[in-house]
Amino acid sequence: MTRIVVGPFNRVEGDLELTLDIDDGVVREARVAASLYRGFEQLLLGRPAEDALVIAPRVCGICSVSQSLAAAAVLRGAQNAAPARNGLIATNLAHAAENIADHLTHFYVFFMPDFARAAYAARSWHETAQTRFRAVSGAALREALPARARLLETMGLIAGKWPHSLAFRPGGVTRALALGDEMRLVALLADFRGFIERTLFAAPIEAVIELASGDALDRFAHGAGAAGDFAAFVRIARDLRLEQIGRGPGLLMSAGAYLGSDGHHFPAGLLDAATGALRAPPLHAIEEDVSHSFMRDTAGDPARAETVPDIHRPGAYSFAKAPRLEGRAVEVGALARQAVAGHPLIRDLLAPQGASNVFARIVARLLEIALLTQAMDGWTRDLRRSEPFCTPDTPLRDGAFAGFVEAARGALGHWASYANGEIARYQIIAPTTWNFSPRDASGRPGPLEFALQGLDVGAEGASSVALQHIVRSFDPCMVCTAH
Amino acid sequence: MTTGNDFTLLWLQAGSCGGCTMSVLERGGAGWLEELRRFGVRLLWHPSLSEETGEEARAILGRVERGEERLDALLIEGSVLRGPEGTGRFDMLAGTGRSMFDWVRALAPRADYCVAVGSCAAFGGVPAGAPDPTDACGLQFSATEIGGALGADFRSRSGLPVVNISGCAPHPGWIMETVAALALRCFTAADIDAFGRPRLFADHLAHHGCSRNEFYEFKASAEDVFERGCLMEHLGCKATQAVGDCNQRAWNGGGSCTQAGSTCIACTSPGFEATRGFHHTPKIGGIPVGLPLDMPKAWFVALAALSKSATPARVRENARSDRVARGPAPGAEKRAGAEKKK
Ligand code: SF4
Ligand code: SF4
Repeated sequence: MTRIVVGPFNRVEGDLELTLDIDDGVVREARVAASLYRGFEQLLLGRPAEDALVIAPRVCGICSVSQSLAAAAVLRGAQNAAPARNGLIATNLAHAAENIADHLTHFYVFFMPDFARAAYAARSWHETAQTRFRAVSGAALREALPARARLLETMGLIAGKWPHSLAFRPGGVTRALALGDEMRLVALLADFRGFIERTLFAAPIEAVIELASGDALDRFAHGAGAAGDFAAFVRIARDLRLEQIGRGPGLLMSAGAYLGSDGHHFPAGLLDAATGALRAPPLHAIEEDVSHSFMRDTAGDPARAETVPDIHRPGAYSFAKAPRLEGRAVEVGALARQAVAGHPLIRDLLAPQGASNVFARIVARLLEIALLTQAMDGWTRDLRRSEPFCTPDTPLRDGAFAGFVEAARGALGHWASYANGEIARYQIIAPTTWNFSPRDASGRPGPLEFALQGLDVGAEGASSVALQHIVRSFDPCMVCTAH
Repeated sequence: MTTGNDFTLLWLQAGSCGGCTMSVLERGGAGWLEELRRFGVRLLWHPSLSEETGEEARAILGRVERGEERLDALLIEGSVLRGPEGTGRFDMLAGTGRSMFDWVRALAPRADYCVAVGSCAAFGGVPAGAPDPTDACGLQFSATEIGGALGADFRSRSGLPVVNISGCAPHPGWIMETVAALALRCFTAADIDAFGRPRLFADHLAHHGCSRNEFYEFKASAEDVFERGCLMEHLGCKATQAVGDCNQRAWNGGGSCTQAGSTCIACTSPGFEATRGFHHTPKIGGIPVGLPLDMPKAWFVALAALSKSATPARVRENARSDRVARGPAPGAEKRAGAEKKK
């Protein structure tokens, strides 16, 4: 048995270190460590409740809107306030823009460059992968980054700037969109759709949304959509059998995404990928375990827990805590969201193995780009110009409250207790805290730790590209993880 | 494409949220990476963008540290976390067994220019807010106090102190224009202010060019967060005290904090994270405590009283409305009156 340490692990967000126990070229055990701690939960204590709207988004510059919205959701609970309908729509537009930008960045900047690596020099597609997807200098980046910037103009219109916008409130958004703003939105959405239909999908987004099975996807990748970057990925992934690696632990959760006046656009749910059993997620049963974290013992219930680092804790190896649902590790993210929502393509990609895998994770993200672009078009048309975008704040009640949203990477929860209008407790469980959690007291690994077990890295060891694919398929955000 | 004349840039993330990188990637036009190429800038390594990972990345850092690879600019994003007990262990550079605190001190003396990207690297930023659980600081400042991780006397090889592109997150233009000026070697000590901030943005106040300036002139103020009036009197706007050309250039294609109705929280200023109650203007005897920079209090009070008494009805009405209730067109007042009568 040899033990190797992998890091710095780049083209992920933040600091990630893996420790792998390898026997005969096969990973027997993996330990996933978040090596950065900034103490946001400590920073929030004693502040006026509303200051969370300024501090919490700064947990993460990648999903700051999600963090803002989770903070606003907690305050909304404490105010028992009803948000303005237009406000929810504008919020969803901004949130979708952030999440699409995130999926796009993941695909072009983080994930695809691995196929340009020398390890794949012998593959027939390698030269194309190099020209198109090489890190920093690949041709695709020259198209994707400006398209991303154009999409994020949604933020300029709705939220002033991104990241770290301050426009999101419990009652909606601080800026009412006028006719001219709406027209600008329509124009920039059309530009963005133009980019994905030309470059990413090489097909109308409807054609992607309608894909109902893995076979249909393969036909698309060799037929109608063959000229797109999505198809290039599908063909490469099939050649490398990426559906066979990075198998998740089986439970997939969504907290419900894009709240509208008649519920979530993508519903909340907990899916057992092996049996297909779907039920409402028992969010009240979430507990965090710190047995392998650099943290002092504390309550498992996030509503009562504290975060106090202890760098000397025996057996600890990560600043991340280990969230568990009814004692089990849960995978979250675009794949979970679309599996819970019942998209036939995603359900079909899970079926053969009864579990998540590298291929399905990437497909789900790209599918979501198409779904959200379509949804944004619809939401823009739903705005009612004469109605308010925000309702006034109502007095804050003391007590314990929780708020959930779906960030690009999955379920994000904030738990806060207020006393005299000030924050008495604050806990955050971010998507990557779920996916990249360390072991818990009974030794159960977190989802990535689970997904790496049994990986054949052969003689390549730490430089195995398959290892890179598995880790990046989760699109980890380590700055969110331990915060 | 890598010639010996490239301007080499190494970008590392310390205790950051990654937001400064996200911001610079918003660079429109040809995109940030293309723009770097145009200015002859070569990324030695960037944690979010580069191909090299693990061992290969460690090798690059090692070569720079040993002086085997020329480093023109070291850009650090994120606070330097010195805790616990001065060990820096709250922020380890994965795979190296060394803290970022240690790496920053090892690499900074190798660089011609040392640049703090964002208010965290500049002054400590949000992680340094009370109770400062990680003993966070900036490269050369802790809030307004000079010192930080590198010390007050630190000068990079060009002789410049740390260049502080503050902002949370900074505008992509602030980052790129500074990098471009460094790459063209036309950036000098005269181009930074007393807090090391590039004057290309720090010579302005965030308030200049705000779309609410007319409301400010008449002290026609918003009282609720979604109203269009000036945000200074009641809602905590600090743009008259914060540097930045925020309202003179587009953020994300046309926005700005105050344009969207969010108050300026002075994110470019050292110590902005110490604010308690970002959305309320602290007042004594009804007069805001934080008055516009360079403005004597008596003047402010006198002018405010005078301008309030002269506020046009249109401005007063719009200030308390969530959208333009009444346009400035001649005759608009009459038409509005006629409609009301209907
Ligand atoms: S809202 Fe702020 S920036 Fe705008 S005019 Fe008022 S004080 Fe100036
Ligand atoms: S307006 Fe104020 S808070 Fe907004 S970016 Fe400028 S300095 Fe920062």
